Amino acid sequence: MKKHLALILSGFCLCLLASCDKDVVESNAGYPALDPANIDADAGSWAPMVVSSAAAFSLPAPQPTSSAAYQQELQELKELRSSLTEEQKRVINYWKVGSVVRWNEIMRELVAKHNLPPYQNPDNTYPVPSAANPFAYPTFPFSNPPYAARAYAYVSVAQYDALVMAHYFKEKYKRPAPYQVDAAIKPAVPESALAAYPSEDAVIAGASLEMMKLLFPGDVAYLTGMAEEEKNYRLWSGANVRSDIIAGDSLGRWAARMVIQRAKADGMGAAGGNQEVWARLENDCKARGETPWYSLEVPKRPPMLPLFGEVKPLLFDKAEVPALRPGPPPSANSEQMRKELEEVLSYTRNATREQMRIVNFWADGVGTYTPPGHWNAIATESFVKKQYSEVRWARNYALLNAALMDAAILCWNTKYYYYNARPCQLDPRIKTLTGVPNFPAYISGHSTFSGAAATTLGYLIPEKAGEFQKMAQEASNSRLFGGIHYRADCTVGLETGQKVGYYAIARARTDGAD
Amino acid sequence: MEKEHYSCLRRLIFFFFCFVPVLSYAQTEQDALMMGERQLCAAATISYNSWTNYWEGTFKRDNENMGRVSTRSAVLMVNYGITPKLNVLAAVPYVRTQASEGTLAGMDGVQDLSLFVKWKPWEWQGGHETISVFAVGGLATPSSRYNIDLLPMSIGLGSRVLSGRVIADVQVKQFTATLSAAYLHRSNVEIDRTAYYTDRLINSREVDMPNATNFQLRAGYRTPRLIAEAVVDNMTTLGGFDIRRNDMPFVSNRMNSTKVGVEGKYYLARHPALGFHAGAWHTLAGRNIGQATGGMAGMSYILDFTTNTIKD
Repeated sequence: MKKHLALILSGFCLCLLASCDKDVVESNAGYPALDPANIDADAGSWAPMVVSSAAAFSLPAPQPTSSAAYQQELQELKELRSSLTEEQKRVINYWKVGSVVRWNEIMRELVAKHNLPPYQNPDNTYPVPSAANPFAYPTFPFSNPPYAARAYAYVSVAQYDALVMAHYFKEKYKRPAPYQVDAAIKPAVPESALAAYPSEDAVIAGASLEMMKLLFPGDVAYLTGMAEEEKNYRLWSGANVRSDIIAGDSLGRWAARMVIQRAKADGMGAAGGNQEVWARLENDCKARGETPWYSLEVPKRPPMLPLFGEVKPLLFDKAEVPALRPGPPPSANSEQMRKELEEVLSYTRNATREQMRIVNFWADGVGTYTPPGHWNAIATESFVKKQYSEVRWARNYALLNAALMDAAILCWNTKYYYYNARPCQLDPRIKTLTGVPNFPAYISGHSTFSGAAATTLGYLIPEKAGEFQKMAQEASNSRLFGGIHYRADCTVGLETGQKVGYYAIARARTDGAD
Repeated sequence: MEKEHYSCLRRLIFFFFCFVPVLSYAQTEQDALMMGERQLCAAATISYNSWTNYWEGTFKRDNENMGRVSTRSAVLMVNYGITPKLNVLAAVPYVRTQASEGTLAGMDGVQDLSLFVKWKPWEWQGGHETISVFAVGGLATPSSRYNIDLLPMSIGLGSRVLSGRVIADVQVKQFTATLSAAYLHRSNVEIDRTAYYTDRLINSREVDMPNATNFQLRAGYRTPRLIAEAVVDNMTTLGGFDIRRNDMPFVSNRMNSTKVGVEGKYYLARHPALGFHAGAWHTLAGRNIGQATGGMAGMSYILDFTTNTIKD
């Protein structure tokens, strides 16, 4: 008996030892320090997306490196470098991966944090988050997919435009980096041949902070802290002197304000609609002889951003939207719809574990960074291997996110134009493997986002074009497998997204970066 | 001999008292009795529990998009006596979930296989009293990579659980009290997504699963043919995070519960190897779980290999 016991006890001890390591290693933990293969010194001539031109802002000329003021800044840098704390070293190691990618991660985090539909009032109505009072429940914003798509786009565009301007001034003033002026300064980041004034990191900090204050007003304290950290990191790492930082910060903020001007007039403010709009959408659908969508939530929740389809796109004119909008879905009473309903029912009743994996992988529902965020994450994993400069990181995210925002606009425009029912509304036997989104079915948002993203990314990283298309197809299928979309929603959604992607490619071909 | 019969049934019942599939650690064996050498107890039990209210963090609410969430299960279990002081136990549950309202699909499947080794190192017998101490080591492991990312419809949490339990049992005449305490070490799990939000965004498929403790107090009446007991059970997750307002539940939530229950067992006079058991329980307090009420019923049979050997 003692033998048994000894064996059993030693077995348990081994198992315990083997399973004690519970540290989760994140996919972004091993990203290398930014060290561009090509510094894109000519990026000052690239076409910005919202800002009219770099020359629209007057950035004062820097003090020459021989000046007493600059020499004093160098001295400050040396002192900072000589007494770095562990915390300062951590900050350096965090930001040296690249400012654009870090802000993209911050964006994804905030979107996931705020992507929660408000809980109902006692009278079964729903409260609406208020930007004026972002801390009160429901906290502002509810970063659902359209909100998120637009947020990612504006932050990326602000960063890109600001960096194009920064490159223009770098080229104009040609101030060298501190370590080029004084060999005694050994930077904690890879050295760059790029001119240092204005600091591109400070440009990104200024642009991101200013833009995100508008989008996530309840997180200003956190965002300000991150922006401060980022600017300090350039000093602590010996990569920029203080005047590089100050100039970059002001330039970044200015560019963001240009984007904010556009954002405030793009139609988002009215996108939520009102009782009258919701009734009209339903009545218009009935007038066409169709079965209108209704909310499957209890209590019934007003449709998500029914007028988001009227928001001003980034890559094409708003007047083009009706022509880009796909034709109607199969009629609710048609033979085709009956077949499609049967198909959905069959997938949900016979779901394999692999299909559930696909549904979960692409769910991107409540509490996540949404499908646009998922495509940013996918893009990031590819971008990080390409040794981009900051400005190219920003440009590629801006193209991707402009495509995702316009995909959201076109998709929402289509959804509310046809206002058709979800499969489980027409056939209550259908039980879903993921949450049913609170807006009409046709066309699938996931499919539209994925078609746009895969097409754009396929142009930016041609060797992975096939892989991206395969992922988009899988994302599209996931909604059919999950029981929340018909095949037509998915197929037409993918095609419509691809069309948006071609606009992004057309822009990429002519923006001066390729 | 009679005693072993109760042991087997008690195990089953305890198993079910702790068996809430959504929180399931497939843990068992909080009782104070052992099978004799070369005796095998085989048992089958069915159970049902359901809830309409749940705790979103500490906020108690209902959800008309799910209505009543119910879990049905069927468990096969065996317990073998290596020696009177050393037993092994194994169980395999089949679980099915369902929501009465809304659109979410129910899930079903074989959940976690569990194996326990139970050792009685110390026993003291007085005139009318018996005091004994037990140590139980357990391992529960998912039978497959079932879908853990659709809580509350998922059939389990998908974590491997190593547990260590200490039990103290006192019997005075027909009255018994059993106190047990366990520590559950839970392995990390992998979800199908590449990122998830807890109190921050984590860019990984892997989820850090908090460990847990379980305390249980049982007291009641025990005769050779009938057992009646009341139970208080507490499960506390050491870490994890709260479900945010109107968010979905997640595998690494801080899931706590305090439950009370009653159970009864009866053994046939003519066939002492055959027993029946039933129980009911209710959740008094909780965090990030449903306020479930449940019941179970089952039967068991004891095979005595000692007798067979002698015959051979």
